[in-house]
This record gives sequence, structure tokens and C-alpha cells, in this order.
Amino acid sequence: MGWNEFYFLLRGMQWTVALAAIGFVGGIATGLLVALARTSGKRWLVRITAGYIAVFQGTPLLMQLFVVYYGLALVGLKLDAWIAVAIGFTLHASAYLGEIWRGSIEAVPRGQQEAAKALSLGYVARMKDVILPQAFRISLPATIGFLVQLIKGTSLAAIVGFTELSRAGSIVSNQIFQPLLVFGIVGALYFTLCWPLSIYGTRLERRLATAAR
Amino acid sequence: MGYKLDFGAVIDAFPALLWGCVGTLGLALGGMALAIVIGIGGVVLRDSRFAPLRWLVISFVELIRNTPFLVQIYFIFFALPLAGIKLDPTPTAIIALGVNGGAYAIEIIRGGVQSINKGQIEAGLALGLHKAQVFRLIVLKPALRAIYPSLTSQFILLTLTTSIASAIAAYELTSVAQRVESDSFRSFEVYGTVTLLYLAMSWLMMRFFGLIASRNFSYPVK
Repeated sequence: MGWNEFYFLLRGMQWTVALAAIGFVGGIATGLLVALARTSGKRWLVRITAGYIAVFQGTPLLMQLFVVYYGLALVGLKLDAWIAVAIGFTLHASAYLGEIWRGSIEAVPRGQQEAAKALSLGYVARMKDVILPQAFRISLPATIGFLVQLIKGTSLAAIVGFTELSRAGSIVSNQIFQPLLVFGIVGALYFTLCWPLSIYGTRLERRLATAAR
Repeated sequence: MGYKLDFGAVIDAFPALLWGCVGTLGLALGGMALAIVIGIGGVVLRDSRFAPLRWLVISFVELIRNTPFLVQIYFIFFALPLAGIKLDPTPTAIIALGVNGGAYAIEIIRGGVQSINKGQIEAGLALGLHKAQVFRLIVLKPALRAIYPSLTSQFILLTLTTSIASAIAAYELTSVAQRVESDSFRSFEVYGTVTLLYLAMSWLMMRFFGLIASRNFSYPVK
């Protein structure tokens, strides 16, 4: 394997990072809405978001990508493959992050809600200034854990036909007939992305556990 | 916007899709069995006195948990023949699923082992229980109960992961779906239906595991 092939893999890795970043940022924005709706106490909102989360957690990411990809084409939206895939990852992330943050919001002691209400803070101030900052701290390890999942998940965009790191690996492997070397390097590249995040997440979790004691 | 949904092809292929579900559950079951074997072996080695063995297990867990399953299955798919092992895609997929699930099982089972209080074992022996009784009632059952929720949700996760085995053309639901889709070009109908089939499978598994838990593990902790 020469420099040209390695450079091609790095270009693929750029797309992996870009897809994960888009999915994560999009997922943060929409996932926050899902989490707020899920904890709103309004019955129909709770039901809809609980169902939304259950569907995404009960089906394979690969199927979600396929359905979004072909579903968008069906309603007449002619989108680039990578936009369709990015939308798929955003929806996927919104459900998982929504569920993580629901847990974190509910983990904030009830007294905080009651105290904020007693101080006659409105819903927005109560959430923005009292509950969410505390929930954010609690959710951080799990959120980072999900980011690692998401980075690994972007490899499935390869099956839909999008050239990110995994598909770049398949292409190079078909060219130079050294699949073990190529997929070993591809694996190592994913590892350098994910491992530091995993370590950071575990460290945060430990710090949070000792703080709670 | 002239597209009309047509489920004809899906209805014709429905028996094949149901067999695909059987294939998926078979892959998941085989993979999970192997994962538990790897998990138990890994936990024993993980706490061994010989440091290189401990490092080996730790590196294995970190390596598997920080790389995508797609890359792992490709690697194993190409590595096995080079090691002189010639297998069909479906057994290859079971091995890959077992290796992947094994890394997670090590962490889960280790947590269960650590959750057992040594004092309780001594108390059981002091009360005159047999060693076998102590193991069954004081070690095994509480440990199983402690790891049951994470192990079963890992099982469901592994079932969803089997869809990636379609990348090496193992026999399971997603690869059956891809064949139906390429014959009929009814992509959305096929994948939409298959998504619902996966949802039904994971829902049924959740209910089943919940039922077992309420039969066996619903006694007070303290």
C-alpha cells in the first residue's frame, strides 16, 4: 500500500468525521426537543416521543438509513446521497440523545423543580437556568458514549453507497488485494477517533460517581 | 409525485422475509452464545495473576468497543481463510457477532461478579449451607440477576447488529430484503416492511425477557 492509497483513506476519514459531526450537532438540537417533549408531562407529547424513541432503538441503524434514503426520494425530494444520509443520522441521534437526556432531566432531584416553581420561575427559565445545566453535567458521560457509537455507525453509510472511511477501505482493498492490511489500517483510524473519546467519557463518569458519593 | 405505493412484491416475498427473520434470530442466538463463552473466559483471564493475559483482555475489549462492527466483520471474513479456516458467510457472521458481543459481555459479566459480597458467602457457609448451595443461591442467582438487564439489552442490540452481516451476504433478514428489493425495485416498501419486522422482533424479545425476569428475579433485594 502506497501513500496514494493511504491518502485516499484519510480523505474517506474526513467524510466520516463530517458525517458524525453533522449527525451529532443535528441530533443535539432535535434531541433536546425530544427530551423536553418526553419530560413535558403532556400525555400526547410523552406518548409520541416515547414511540419515536422506541422505533429508533428497536430497529437497526442500517434500516433507518435505507428508509430515510428511499423515503425522501418517494416524497419527491431529490437530494444528494450525503444529505439524505446526514438526515438519517440526525434522526437516529435525536432519538438516542433524547432518551439519554430524558434520563438526565429526571435524575435532577425533584426538589430543584419544586424550588424553581415556588420561586415562580416560568417553564423556560426553570429549564434553562435550573434543570438543564444540572442535567447536562449528569448526561455528559452517556452523551460522549453515544458520540463514539455514532462515529462507528457512520460506517454503515458505506452500505448505502457513500464513500467514507469504510467504503474507501473496501475500494482500496479491491485495488491492491490486501484486505487484512487495509481493514487493519481502517480499524486503526477508527480507533484513533474513538478511543480518546471513550477514555474521556470513562474519566468523566468516574469523576461524577465520586462527586455523587 | 406520481409514485404509488405498491406492496405486491412485499406480499409475494413475505414468506421469504419471515425465513429471513428466522435467520436473523439464529445469527443473534449463535452470536450471543459465543459472546457469553468469550465473556466468561475473558473475565477469568481479566483477573488472572499473569499480567500479559490481563493486558490482552483489556486491549481486546478496547479494540472491539472502539471500532465499527462493519470493519470487524470484513476483517474476520478475510482473515479466516488466510488462517486456513474456510467457512460460509453465515458461520463467519456468527463468529464476528460472537467476538463483538464477547467484548461487551466481558464488561457486563465482570460487573456481576464484582457485585457479589464476599461476606455473604462466608455467612452462607456459617449457616451450614453446602458449597453447591452457596454457589447456586448466593453467588450465581444474585450475579445473574445483577447482569440480566444489561445482558438482555445487549442481546437485543446484537440482534439489530446482525443486519450488518448482510455486507458479507450472510443469511438473515436484511440480505433477503436486499434480494427482494433488487428484484422488484420497491425499495421503500421492502425496507419499510423489514424495519417493522425488526421492530416486532425486538419488542417480542423485550417482552419475553421481561416475563422471565418477573418469574425468576422478582424478590426483594434487602
